[in-house]
Amino acid sequence: MFDESVFDESVFDESASNEAGSDEPGSGGPAAAGAESAKPAKGGSVVRSVIGIAGELLITAGVLVFLFLGWQLWIQGIALNSAQTSEASGLSQSWSASTVGPTAPAPSAAATAAGSAPATTPVGAGSAPVVMTAPAETSQFAVLYVPRFGADYKRTISQGVDAKTVLNAGGAGHYEQSQMPGDMGNFAIAAHRDGWGSPFIKINELQVGDPIYVETQDGWYTYRFRDLEYVSPDGVDVLSAVPQAPDAAPTDRLITLTSCNPLYIASERIIAYGVLESFTPRSDGAPAEIAGLTGKGA
Amino acid sequence: MYGALWRILPGPVWLRIVILLVALAVLLFVLSTWVFPFVDGVLTPSQPVTVNP
Repeated sequence: MFDESVFDESVFDESASNEAGSDEPGSGGPAAAGAESAKPAKGGSVVRSVIGIAGELLITAGVLVFLFLGWQLWIQGIALNSAQTSEASGLSQSWSASTVGPTAPAPSAAATAAGSAPATTPVGAGSAPVVMTAPAETSQFAVLYVPRFGADYKRTISQGVDAKTVLNAGGAGHYEQSQMPGDMGNFAIAAHRDGWGSPFIKINELQVGDPIYVETQDGWYTYRFRDLEYVSPDGVDVLSAVPQAPDAAPTDRLITLTSCNPLYIASERIIAYGVLESFTPRSDGAPAEIAGLTGKGA
Repeated sequence: MYGALWRILPGPVWLRIVILLVALAVLLFVLSTWVFPFVDGVLTPSQPVTVNP
């Protein structure tokens, strides 16, 4: 602007003569050819410029598709995961706040509980953990903690497994036909493996005995990972109270995680089973391993 | 198409580059904020992670 008079002429001349070939490496070919042949043959030049524009449009469309894929796998995941972390923290905090009683706040109570004999309920014959009633559809009723998935991993669990209303928010969804956390039978949840925050992307990295914590308004359910199974997409029997035995009467309290497999292809389903180990009432504070996570912000 | 865009832009080369970079940033923001979420909603596969009968 201030020194236009000095540069303008030469710059304009230069750019006018070879602008088509110099600015767009990816799409310069057809456009440059069209510009150069503009003088000799008029009919051919129209065809060439049309082809050139079509080529540029196709290249642009291709770039947009790749941008969308990159956004879906990374950018959207970052946004969803931060939203999930704050939603899960908010849920946990609201439950702790609504628990009135002589107990100290969750973290300090957890520290003492870890030091002394914890008041958790080992789940054996005869001792039944608290089981909440099924919540309204799409409502967030639990928080999932899986240390194997990340030191600060926490995701909400909502009622239902509808993709658009539940799963695409980046959390897990509870199969409504399956039992609630801690109940005799099978607490089955689903979440995306790739995209939409990829909450279950590391489901295949679970190792036997890994803890899987589910927090509800009543407290914390500690499950231990048992085994993996791979089924076809119609393998609904994994959701049964006794997985793969729909007619059997349940004798175990299980958690079942379902997601897609292989990664990015989803022609199969990967199933992870866990067995309930203990129930920790809210008044006793969170289990030691996740005491630093519950109720805290990201 | 892009050649015509370059010709239409005013000013010296550096100014045109700046204009294009700003336009690109605005385009990426609009895409990731409104266009891609909309496309994502339209393209969502029916039940990609659940087991269904």
